[in-house]
Amino acid sequence: MMGRRTYVRPMDGWWRRDPFFLRYMAREATAIFVVAYALTLLAGIARLSQGESAFDAWVAGLRSAPAVALHVLLLVAFLYHTLTWFQIMPKTMPPVVIAGRKMVPGTITALGLAASAAASLLLFLGLRAIA
Amino acid sequence: MSKRSTQPIFWLLFGAGGMLSALIGWMLVFITGIAIPLGILLAPDLFSYQKVLAFHRHWAGAAFTFVVISLFLWHGAHRIFHSLHDLGVKAHAPSAWACYGIAMAGTLAAAGLLLSL
Repeated sequence: MMGRRTYVRPMDGWWRRDPFFLRYMAREATAIFVVAYALTLLAGIARLSQGESAFDAWVAGLRSAPAVALHVLLLVAFLYHTLTWFQIMPKTMPPVVIAGRKMVPGTITALGLAASAAASLLLFLGLRAIA
Repeated sequence: MSKRSTQPIFWLLFGAGGMLSALIGWMLVFITGIAIPLGILLAPDLFSYQKVLAFHRHWAGAAFTFVVISLFLWHGAHRIFHSLHDLGVKAHAPSAWACYGIAMAGTLAAAGLLLSL
């Protein structure tokens, strides 16, 4: 085996070869933004534990232009994550059969997006109610 | 008895974090990163030290923030781990420790910080 030099198809940049792969990598890349947001919240909790002036400084940082720009970028990435999460859900869950008919993928995606809208609206209204 | 895989645990955390972030992630980003800091639709006062501290001294508030931080980290760690494999980084111990290690460290840090408030 050592002496043989068989052709191995190079895999460098494979995901740039096809729009399908590009969308796959874009979907996977949302994970970086999800981690970035979790670390942002973790930093806030760390600042909170350090006292009032430390926490106020963190909030002042959130109001800065770069922080707002970052969160606009995060918002776009999270919306893309929501969309793609429910687009692949028909493939990751067991088939749903209602009245002898298998639920079509489009219905599952639409229900997922509706659930996201409902849960998020509930969170927003709940926060306004206690504020 | 055969050695059991640890993958189902990581996959479960990935799925739970993915579902939670897909349901309310975008709204959380809007609330904490845009609406409250800029005073759009929500009062900037919501991020006063006293209010945020009171929220996290209640067990339910602390649990909420802990679950969000921890599950988001486990979701991201698992996805990045497998995407690194797609990019040619072997799915072995070094990248596994780097990805899941960050999620574990973040989880422990969040728990420690929230319990100290």
